[in-house]
Amino acid sequence: MSMLELRPEPSRFWSLASPLLALALTVLIGIVLFAALGKDPVRGLQVFFWEPVKSPYALGELMVKATPLLLIALGLAVCFRSNVWNIGAEGQYVIGAVLAGGVALMAGKDTSGWIVLPIVLAGIAGGMAWAAITAFLRDRFNANEILVSLMLVYVAVQLLNYLVFGPWKDPGGYNFPQTKTFEAATQIPRLMKGSRVSIGLLFALLGVAALWVFLFRTRAGFAQQVGGLAPAAARYAGFSSRRALWTALLVSGGAAGLAGAFEVAGPIGQLTPYVPAGYGFAAIIVAFVGRLHPVGMVFSAILMSMFYIGGELAQSRLGLPKSLTGVFQGLLLFTLLACDTLVAYRWRRRRAPVPAPVPVEAR
Amino acid sequence: MDSYALLVAATLSAGTVLALASLGLLVNEKAGIVNLGAEGMMLCAAIAGFATVVHTGNDWLGFAAGMAAGAVLAAAFGALTIWLNTNQYATGLALSLFGAGFSAFVGIGYVQEKLPPRPQFSVPVLGDTPLLGPALFQQHPLVYFAIALAAWLIWFLYRSRAGLVLRSVGESPSSAHALGYPVRWIRLAAVIAGGALCGLAGAYLSVIYTPLWIEGMVAGKGWIALALTTFGTWRPARVLLGAYLFGGVTMLQFHLQGTGIDVPSQFLTMLPYLATILVLALISRNPAWIRVNMPASLGKPFYPGS
Repeated sequence: MSMLELRPEPSRFWSLASPLLALALTVLIGIVLFAALGKDPVRGLQVFFWEPVKSPYALGELMVKATPLLLIALGLAVCFRSNVWNIGAEGQYVIGAVLAGGVALMAGKDTSGWIVLPIVLAGIAGGMAWAAITAFLRDRFNANEILVSLMLVYVAVQLLNYLVFGPWKDPGGYNFPQTKTFEAATQIPRLMKGSRVSIGLLFALLGVAALWVFLFRTRAGFAQQVGGLAPAAARYAGFSSRRALWTALLVSGGAAGLAGAFEVAGPIGQLTPYVPAGYGFAAIIVAFVGRLHPVGMVFSAILMSMFYIGGELAQSRLGLPKSLTGVFQGLLLFTLLACDTLVAYRWRRRRAPVPAPVPVEAR
Repeated sequence: MDSYALLVAATLSAGTVLALASLGLLVNEKAGIVNLGAEGMMLCAAIAGFATVVHTGNDWLGFAAGMAAGAVLAAAFGALTIWLNTNQYATGLALSLFGAGFSAFVGIGYVQEKLPPRPQFSVPVLGDTPLLGPALFQQHPLVYFAIALAAWLIWFLYRSRAGLVLRSVGESPSSAHALGYPVRWIRLAAVIAGGALCGLAGAYLSVIYTPLWIEGMVAGKGWIALALTTFGTWRPARVLLGAYLFGGVTMLQFHLQGTGIDVPSQFLTMLPYLATILVLALISRNPAWIRVNMPASLGKPFYPGS
């Protein structure tokens, strides 16, 4: 009766081909969706897949959005590889942005550009602290990290709202819930003129290299992953699951906080209720679509960034809601998970030669 | 005293959203499957229900639409996790992310819509009792349905043969399979039932509880409902109680705001989320307490013949 058969070992071909197949399926569903909405599918595809890459400026914008996605996803990959389900990167990102923003608000007219350093460190510390709550509750009380980290997202957003509606509100801001615009000195240095890409991109790429070395070339990185793959083996080898839990959450929290700092002292330039842009959630998809591999996540971060820009363009050019981004992101993760079945299983045509089960009357 | 009657009434009403969803997830998890997509299902059901009521004016059709939306999404989730053996956590997350985007996308035209005033319900005779009437007996029928559902689930899960089969599928799918039960179909049925109830919860939210549509209006209630199944240690009565407790926390927040207490509203809004974290930590502290009723195969994939 079974149509799937476990492969003796995972298919190398399908582990590379399945993200591509998933993307193709997502595009296909997208075409159907556009047609169903009475929009020209060709135009729709153009907006999502051609416009974000057609000019150097567009490519720059693509990198601006890919940077936080990649940074957060790198941290999440450490979590997911060690079977720690940190779903609250969005909250860690927000708290990172809040602390970084707090430091940036202290800057005056004649503050030196070195203030960027404490801003970035505050961001990392904020993200780590927020993730540490989850790690502590999991470690000490065995509380489910999925739900705790997620609840903390809502708490983080409310904290941000409290600050921008309350004590940090710009007195000269016409009562808008936002802080004053940060001084120019706090701006994260740009990589080049004419583009909003900051040195955050370099940090993200450095992170790719660092993660690769950590995961595949260090004992600690190996120990980190064994607990996720085979907990019993990890215990036997004397690898501490507590240390793996704390490492995973602190690394991912720090990375998310760093991304928050780069955003708030970069493209955004002030704290507003719109700081939480869903990067923390989209990064979960980036991590999965990139196969939790540092290099794979570079490609998936760019792809996810295309969806973000595509969503914004779909709003301005086609009059479609921006939330189309979320639809495509969710679809991509769905199709990827489905296609990944082909990595571990293969289709089997004939009936399984299992002995017929004894029927038991069930009422 | 009247305001306390109103508070009790509001607690029951707020708790009903959580009760319907968490009882659905309980059925789902009793079969051994964790569906983290509750938030997404509730969002899609909320807009499906709301849009249906806007066009037809019939609440019951709205509830049906919400249930259908939840069931369809749950069926997709079930097909992926049960037949294609995808990771339950990741698939559930995909459902939540998709649901958030899709509901906002579909609902864009309904943001400004308003529903006419909701009809008032009252239980004959009892509804006219002073104090108790307004507190307990002037509720929407779905409020009583949630209580009846919990009672029925107690009977179903622990007294009926079908309930026993459902639990065995969650405890030991391979034994159930060996006995000849169609494990995967039973699991799919449980997942769809869970999705339909989450859908009903979402539709109740957007049609009765706060009769309007706002993007992301479920605001974590799906996740709280998931936490409630752990909180209630997979027992219907405790899950129901937990739902009202959280309904109470939600109401307390508005009540405190009403008393003019000098706490910024954002901190009051945090309360249900903080309460969830606190309760999760307290409940999980004792592993034995959790494990007594937790389905043994919860979250583990089952593949016959592997």
